[in-house]
Amino acid sequence: MTHVGYLVAGWGIVVGVLGTYAVRLVRRGRALSGRVPEVHRRWLEAPGPAGSEDGRASGA
Amino acid sequence: MGPFLRDAWLVAERDLRIEARSRVVLHQVVPFSVLVLVLFGFALDADHRTLRTFAPGLFWVAVLLSALLAVQRSAALDRADGTDTALRMSGLSPVALFLGRATAVFVQVVALQVVLVGGLLVLYDVAVEDPLLLVVAGLVAGVAVAAAGTLYGALASGLGVRETLLPILLLPVLAPVLIGATRAFDDALGAAAVDGWSWTGLLAVAALVLTVVGASAHGALVED
Amino acid sequence: MGTTTGTAAGTRDTTGSPRSRLLGVVTLLAVAVLGVLAFVLTDPDVRIHPTTGEEFGQFDAVRMLYVHVPLAVMTYLAYGICAVASVGVLVKRTPWWDVTAHAAAEVGTVFCGLVLVTGSIWGRPVWNTWWEWGDVRLMTTLVLFLMFTGYLALRRTTDDPRRQARRAAVVALVAVLDIPLVNRSVEWWENRTLHQRSTIGELKIEDLTLFTLFFGFVTAGLVLAWLLLHRFRVGWLEQAALDHGVAAAIAERHAETDDAEVLRSVGERAAGEGTSGDGEPGS
Repeated sequence: MTHVGYLVAGWGIVVGVLGTYAVRLVRRGRALSGRVPEVHRRWLEAPGPAGSEDGRASGA
Repeated sequence: MGPFLRDAWLVAERDLRIEARSRVVLHQVVPFSVLVLVLFGFALDADHRTLRTFAPGLFWVAVLLSALLAVQRSAALDRADGTDTALRMSGLSPVALFLGRATAVFVQVVALQVVLVGGLLVLYDVAVEDPLLLVVAGLVAGVAVAAAGTLYGALASGLGVRETLLPILLLPVLAPVLIGATRAFDDALGAAAVDGWSWTGLLAVAALVLTVVGASAHGALVED
Repeated sequence: MGTTTGTAAGTRDTTGSPRSRLLGVVTLLAVAVLGVLAFVLTDPDVRIHPTTGEEFGQFDAVRMLYVHVPLAVMTYLAYGICAVASVGVLVKRTPWWDVTAHAAAEVGTVFCGLVLVTGSIWGRPVWNTWWEWGDVRLMTTLVLFLMFTGYLALRRTTDDPRRQARRAAVVALVAVLDIPLVNRSVEWWENRTLHQRSTIGELKIEDLTLFTLFFGFVTAGLVLAWLLLHRFRVGWLEQAALDHGVAAAIAERHAETDDAEVLRSVGERAAGEGTSGDGEPGS
């Protein structure tokens, strides 16, 4: 195979950057999730067992 | 239409009168622009042939850098003493306000260009081959710079980091203006064999787009 | 990506949802399949000159295009979404559009940076240069990247969220409207482009090459979708955290307590605010 160095660098950077970005997004999401009541996280289908009452109270 | 243009002229007149009295552009921005030309001369060796070849590009980089200062000055005027609030309450239409401010910036940018062309003639030893093209391209590019500058000046005003944010917002948008104006000046100053008038056409399109977008977007910025 | 198992409370403190986890798994699979297609199953670009019989072409460097071209297309798609969402901000003025515009701009800029880097790395062996000033698409993409760098810088300033939403929307729209001008001017500037017929058009396109490129679009689209979804949710959480005005207090406690306790404290504080009235600083 020719140009192995270029290919490893190019694909490596793409996978590395996108992977790092994805992990950072997930981490930021986790850190922020704890601060926001579940009623304001629309992607949760139903209020969870922990803190659903509190969530509603804070929304009021 | 009459009162509308009168409002715009009122704003432009106010900005220009402030400049005439404070002389900030005259005493600070104009010397700065000449300084940029001198610095390019130092950086590029004192060889007249090199300087003549690159004169159009250096000219427009100097214009853009100096215009940044003029735009910041123009935006700063309205933040002082709650002028922006007063203007908002005055019932002037945002479009008239935009056109007025842009006109004032335009006049200052054109004045800068006049000084800088003098600098090119004296410092870089250039010869003007097509004066009409030089004037038309300079005026049209001035409209584009003034329109984009006024819009982004209003946009960045009120942010604490205005001084650092404005250049990175404004300069990429002016990239096509820089390319077009440089090429038109290449033709007018005989630095390269290109069709300067078709580049002026592109500049005119850029000026039109930036003015229309600026005028219509200005409302969204000033009403808050 | 986003697939966690744990206690009930821990699982819920993510930006993941069952559907986004499925999307994440499909995306990872697609990336793996794309890797196999691009490096194992497809042939290098080798052509034989009809008269001299010499070998020429891009050889294995062509494998870079399976990631470069799809990312480029998805960059434009992301910026397109940002532009549409920015119109939404100015017309509808709801946070949903604003968060969408911000998410699309950020993900688009990550993609755009990767497009420039992969293009440069690919250009070194094929064009024999890291950077080609005369190339229209390269310069247009660079200016686009710089404009949205400014956009994200504006986003980082501390300003009233609604004002910032409108300012950012104007910047995004000016950037998108300016791009045709940039494109025209660069095209006239250097009336030669290395991109057009010299690369994709002249590639020895076989069925599998074409399929791999197509699969690259699908994969990049999936990655874009996953990232947009999660970036949107992070942005949404940021706004919600601001609205509740409890962010600082909770962060303090978060350092010393476990998640369940934090959730309970959110409720107590928020409920307390409603009765006493002397709320948190910044609420």
